[in-house]
Amino acid sequence: MISEKRTKIEKSKKRSEQIAFGIFRAMSILVVGILFFILGFIVVKGISVISWDFITKMPEDGMTKGGIYPAIIGTFCLIGGSILFSFPIGVMSGIYINEYATNGKLVRFIRLMTNNLAGIPSIVFGLFGMSLFVNTLGFGDSIIAGSLTLGLMTLPVVIRTTEEALKSVDNSFRHGSYALGASKLQTIRRVTLPIAYPNIITGLILSIGRVSGETAPILFTVAAYFLPKLPHSIFDQVMALPYHLYVLATSGTNIEESRPMAYGTALVLIMIVLILNLLANALRRYFSKKVKMN
Amino acid sequence: MAKIETLDANLFYGDFHALKNISMQMEENTVTALIGPSGCGKSTYLRLFNRMNDLIDSTRITGQILVDGEDIYRKNINVDELRIKVGMVFQKPNPFPKSIFENVAYGLRVNGEKNKSYIEDKVVQSLKQSALWNEVSDKLTKSAFELSGGQQQRLCIARALAISPSVILMDEPASALDPLSTAKIEELIHELKKEYTIVIVTHNMQQASRVSDYTAFFYLGELVEYGQTVEIFTKPKLKHTENYITGRFG
Repeated sequence: MISEKRTKIEKSKKRSEQIAFGIFRAMSILVVGILFFILGFIVVKGISVISWDFITKMPEDGMTKGGIYPAIIGTFCLIGGSILFSFPIGVMSGIYINEYATNGKLVRFIRLMTNNLAGIPSIVFGLFGMSLFVNTLGFGDSIIAGSLTLGLMTLPVVIRTTEEALKSVDNSFRHGSYALGASKLQTIRRVTLPIAYPNIITGLILSIGRVSGETAPILFTVAAYFLPKLPHSIFDQVMALPYHLYVLATSGTNIEESRPMAYGTALVLIMIVLILNLLANALRRYFSKKVKMN
Repeated sequence: MAKIETLDANLFYGDFHALKNISMQMEENTVTALIGPSGCGKSTYLRLFNRMNDLIDSTRITGQILVDGEDIYRKNINVDELRIKVGMVFQKPNPFPKSIFENVAYGLRVNGEKNKSYIEDKVVQSLKQSALWNEVSDKLTKSAFELSGGQQQRLCIARALAISPSVILMDEPASALDPLSTAKIEELIHELKKEYTIVIVTHNMQQASRVSDYTAFFYLGELVEYGQTVEIFTKPKLKHTENYITGRFG
């Protein structure tokens, strides 16, 4: 009698187990499937226009022919510029919050503010950037104004990942260093940061992805509708891939004709993000190896 | 003059009175074992000598601790310099994720030593002193994490020795190690005593009796009994001490 009840329970346990894991598996396959579908869609639609000329030539004939070279260069400028700005500031803030700040209230306040900063819609950043950098500081529509706006937007990500990376470093390393007469700064520079670098690089990867794809923050601060020449200084305007994509898809001179170029632009943008992520991953591995964890 | 002198020391964690009116002296080139049940304050007491308790918020200390006759809690003292003089080995081996060589060189580097050949000599000398040289001489550039637990702990001892301290604090240095590694550490303590003053916290009664010249028994933040190890282990003055040593409580 008891054993019969037992087998019944076991059976129903097994069944719900199978159902649950079946659903979980289906969901993850679905996600991967959607991802591949999007990628495949872009590749199929865009691959036809990809050529050496497409990525090295200026746009021609009202952006229906030629290439997207200035937009590629513009996007690289914005990625570089914004990281140059957000990375040092973000990492230093993260170090301050996790290693120095002893005032719990202050830390909670900074954390609250960075979280709020992360929640602000990107178009608002664009508006703010236009008001502060473009108009008040008089940079005009320029790489510097766009980079600062994008940098501001990615700052919370960099701060949070730095903070988390430092938090995961075991205290015994710090204590070992202090016990040898090392100062706090020496400990951070020689022990804590090197251990945390690989995880901090994760912040870099996330920032690159975000910066290269955002359209709203650059809309009022840097992006040019059509500018078939390269920038000469950080005070010049540039074209950028996401905005160029928007233009080609919705407000070009001949939308039907430039449609394939829009997909081509999307493909290039995705490839750039992918390649930069791979590079950042290599950097991450390099730092993991350098701290001789094993 | 005693090497380390404690005069009526008290330590509070917030409201908790963790060390109560401790007074004792430790002589140069001796090994003093601090024993007592968990939470009795022996580790906290050990950490007073290199001011590691400073790292914990809301601690308050009264009384005096003198090392070489110098009050180490007076104002304007350079804590980094104190920690060069008073080295420490932790309970869990905590080598840095660096090469074996760089682990030992670390203390020299952070204290401004630039002379390459001096650093090299000192690293080799420290590794020999900690009886690790023969095992690592051909892999100094390898990660310290490749070593066994016992080797890592001896590396941590070498690391502490490299900056020429005169006192070495050991916080249960063998509690995470196997018996063979433990024996090596104990042997090492015997050797090191010739040149250094050693204070060791241990839970292991046999270890205390094997390695130390003096033993201090702590209970609930108080120093219950302190004397020569032989005396404490053969004819303790207090019943309380005897009960703990013989394992009747603890």
